Order: sequence, then structure tokens, then C-alpha cells
Amino acid sequence: MIFGIPLQALMGQLLVGLINGSFYALLSLGLAVIFGLLRVINFAHGAQYMLGAFTALLLLTVGGINYWLALILAPLIVGLFAALVERSMLSRLYKLDPLYGLLFTFGLALAIEGTFRYFYGASGKPYAAPPQLSGAVNLGFMFLPIYRGWVVIASLAVCIAVWLLIEKTKLGAYLRAATENPVLVQAFGVNVPLLLTLTYALGAGLAGFAGVLAAPIYQVSPLMGSNLIIIVFAVVVVGGMGSILGAIVTGYLLGVVEGLTKVFYPEASNIVIFVIMAIVLILRPAGLFGKEA
Amino acid sequence: MAGKSEPIAGEHVAIHPKAGQIQLALVAVALVLAVLAPQFLYPIFLMKLLAFGLFASAFNLLLGYTGLLSFGHAAFFGGAAYFTAHAVKVWGWSPEAGLLLGVLGAAALGLVMGAIAIRRQGIYFAMITLALSQMFFFFCLQARFTHGEDGIQSVPRGHLFGLIDLNDSMNMYYFVLAVFAFGLIVIWRFVNSPFGMILKSIRENEQRAVSLGYSVARYKLAAFVMSAALAGLAGGLKALIFQFATLTDVAWQMSGEVILMTLLGGIGTLAGPIFGAGLVVTLQNYLATSDFPVTIITGVVFMVCVLLFRRGLVGEFFASKLGRRLGFRAQS
Repeated sequence: MIFGIPLQALMGQLLVGLINGSFYALLSLGLAVIFGLLRVINFAHGAQYMLGAFTALLLLTVGGINYWLALILAPLIVGLFAALVERSMLSRLYKLDPLYGLLFTFGLALAIEGTFRYFYGASGKPYAAPPQLSGAVNLGFMFLPIYRGWVVIASLAVCIAVWLLIEKTKLGAYLRAATENPVLVQAFGVNVPLLLTLTYALGAGLAGFAGVLAAPIYQVSPLMGSNLIIIVFAVVVVGGMGSILGAIVTGYLLGVVEGLTKVFYPEASNIVIFVIMAIVLILRPAGLFGKEA
Repeated sequence: MAGKSEPIAGEHVAIHPKAGQIQLALVAVALVLAVLAPQFLYPIFLMKLLAFGLFASAFNLLLGYTGLLSFGHAAFFGGAAYFTAHAVKVWGWSPEAGLLLGVLGAAALGLVMGAIAIRRQGIYFAMITLALSQMFFFFCLQARFTHGEDGIQSVPRGHLFGLIDLNDSMNMYYFVLAVFAFGLIVIWRFVNSPFGMILKSIRENEQRAVSLGYSVARYKLAAFVMSAALAGLAGGLKALIFQFATLTDVAWQMSGEVILMTLLGGIGTLAGPIFGAGLVVTLQNYLATSDFPVTIITGVVFMVCVLLFRRGLVGEFFASKLGRRLGFRAQS
């Protein structure tokens, strides 16, 4: 018992918080990567997350492709789709005010979600966890469902991998350089438009990956991303979009805070992230990890 | 967002010498049409159109004239709908008092949300307003007086000033038309006042406005509260027209809808948001009977607008040769 709360309930909600945090981290990481280079707030991020989950579901039901392959294929498919959208439409908006990018991707999200709702209905569809990851282990103080542990580990691994890609590789160096000064980087012979397309595809692919991870936990439904994306926006405002690492850390942190709120004051658990956002804006407008623009 | 709008192409067009009178005549024709309209169309449809026209105009006050994109205007619209509905139904207030409460409530909400949101600019401003309005949505979902998923149903329209029975749909229509006209006059006056000019200067170049000694934050906040209050007026009207207030009015989709109306009609024009609202409301009415989801069309129209005609319908007309000859100009 801690503060009159049974340890098991506390650990359970902590785990739920860590899992939500994993999704916040993956999604805000993708948003930050896209925003860093494209200066576009990708409102379609929630829709791309949903697309990832649906792709996994359709791969299974139509093609008989299992979870593990879907975990690789679905992000690739979502990324390819995003690349096509970027090449054909989004790239025309870079010269304009960034708000147009936000409005465009908002429309894109509505169109994608509307289409899936038309064909698959609004109700959720179950997606079974792979047999290797079903079941639970007894940790002594609580039962840990194996799949949930896997989600935390997998998302952490991917977040670290993306961070390494951006901070430690040559491609990442190009990316960071193009964020600072795209014209100069292009003058050095780097294909910046291609870099932009790849970046958008990477961000969307991350959302798709999060969607596949989420499919066995939450049900697969056309609207699964739309409410999530607003919370992720708040996460991004709290973290500040200046740093990749900041986006990841803030994602996990706020997920855990939300989980703990569910234990101590459940009525506020829906809004605690927004409240934190408001407080951070008052005390430190640039965000916890942000640089004032 | 108007700061980087494309310059209007083409040669200089001389303004028609009687442009002012023609503009006035157009307004007069619109007014006559509005007075006669309920003879030909359903009053409830027309009232919906007026309420959303006012909502979009209030939103445009912020986006078109101050350059702030709010993604949270549903909170003011839907919040005021709840306040008005509650006051009229539970406390038995008269409709005009209920509307006033809605306006004041929305203004108070706007003051709090605005004070937080103006701490960041541009794209962050949009995300913050969206997050704050979502917070208000969750509040409405859990608060007792909103009745959660059911909403506040069968709100009485009552008697205006204790005299005019608003249950008569013609009386109600002319009341709504009067409130709509009042709202538009307020917006027109506001935009063309010295205050409105300062707002435009902030939109065009915030740093310069600061260097000229204007307290930019205070002006932005004032514009935000003003826009919220007028959106609240529209929301209160909506509650009286349809006699209910529900979660739909505070949901983020509503914030998106009002952006679409303004974008479709023409950002920074007085008539644009009204035309945009008319188109969107008509489209919704038309599609209400089919099972084809409106969101697909809304989404595609959004994308097309942003990609191909960012000036909107009225904005395109203003930018055309005829529009310029008649002395129209978009503020953006």
C-alpha cells in the first residue's frame, strides 16, 4: 500500500501509462522529425497511425500475413502512401505560410478517416496478439501481460534507433543540415526535395509502426487516431519541437503522469496532459526542451 | 496566415466611379433577399445558415483580420450553446438574457484560452487552441449540467422581451436575422476602426507593430475575446433555433468545420465566411439523407481549397477584374 493505494493497482496504471507514453513518444517523435525539416504540422499523423493498424489487419485477414511481417510491411506501405501524397500535393505548399500545411493535412486526415468509416464502419475490430507474445508473467508484485511489455521495449528501441539515425549517421547529418539551411545544403549537391519526401515518409512510417503495435491492445477502428493526435499535439507543445530527444522523453513522461492521475484522481485523467500544457505555457512558453523561435 | 499571401496579379484596374453605390446596392439586395427568403425556403434551414454564417464571420475576425488560426472555436460556440440552453431551460430566463449569458460565458472562456494561447505564435497557436478546446470538451462530457451524451434537450424558445412568441418560426427567423445583422455590423465596425487597423498591422508584421510601441499581446487577446464572444452569440442562437445543445457543438470537428467555411468563402472578406457557411450547410443538408459520409467530402474540399484556391470563392471574385473594378478588396 502506498498512500492508501494497493501496490498492484499502482503498478498496473503505471504500466498503462508507460504504454500510452510509448505511443505518445513514437507519434510526437514522428511529428517532430517532420516539423523539423518540412515546417509542417502533420495533422494526418493520427490517420496514418490508424492506417498502420488497418494495414496490419487487412494483411492478416486478406493476405494471411502474420504480425511480425506486418510490423515491417505496414510502416513501409504507410510510408509509401505518405511519400506519394508529399510528392504530388504537400510539396506545393512549402513556400506558403506553414498554416496551410496544417490545414491540408487536416483535410487529408478527414478524407482518410471518412473513407475507412464508409467501408469498415465505426466499430472496432479485434486483432489478436501473436502467439509468441500472448500470456503473462508473474513479476512477484504484479502480472505483466507479455505483449504490453513488448510494446514498451519495441517502441523504446525504435525511438532510440531513430535518434541514432538522425544524430549519428551521414543521412541524419544531411537532414540536420537541411533543417538549418536547405538552400545551402542543396548547393552542396544534396537532393533536398528527395530528403523532404523521405523525411515525411519516415515520420508517417513511425506513425504506421505505432498503429501496428497498438492494434492488439486497442481495437482497430477508423477513429482510433483522431482523438490521440490532439493529445500528441499537447505533448509536442509541452516538449517543444526543437529536439528529437525532448519529444521522446516528454512522450513517456506525460504517459506515466496520465497513468498516475488515473490512480489518484481519475476524473482528471482525460485532461491532465492539457492542464500540464497550460502550466508549461505560462511558466516556459518555449516548452521544456524547446528553443524560443 | 495572410502575411505571405500571393500578390494579386494583373494590371491595375481603375475603380468604377460609382463603386461605392454599387456596393451599397448589393448589400441592400442581400438584405431584401434575406427578408423574403422564408417565403421560399425552410425557416429552420435559413436560421441554421445565419447562425453558422455568424459563427464563421466571428472566426474570420480572428483569422482574416488578426492572422491567428484558432483550432478551438467550437469551445466558444458549443460552450455558449450550453450556457444559453441551461439558463433558458433550467433557470427559466428569457431568450435575450440567455443569449447574453452565452456571449459572456464564451467571452470569459475566450479570455482564459486566449491568455494561454497567445504565448505562442503561428502553428503552435493553432495546436494550443485545439488542445484547450479538447480539454473543454472533456469538461462538458463530465460536467453534470450538460447531461453528457444526451445534451440539453427541448430547450424552450420563450418570448422575446416577454412579448414576441419565438415558437412561431417566422418570429424566430426575423429575430435570428436581426441578431445576425447586429453581429455583422459589430464585426464591420470593429474591423474598420483604428483598433482593427492595428490588428491588421500585427498580422502583417508583428515585430514592427511591437517596435511602434503597440502592446501586441493585449491587442491579440482583445481580438480573441471579441471573436469568442461573437462565436458565443452564434452558439446561443443555435441552441434556441434547434432547441438543444449537445457535445457535437464543442467537438473538434466543429472547429474544423468553421475553418472550412471561412477558407471556402474567402479569408479576410466580410461576405466570404457567410457564403462558405451557406455552401457547407447546404451540402450537409443535401447529404443528410444519403449514407455517404460528409467527412470525406469535407476533407477533399479542404485539400482542394488549400492547394488550388486559397483566396476562396468570394476572395477569387474580389481579385478578379470585375471585383476590383467594383472596388472590392480582400483584406489579405
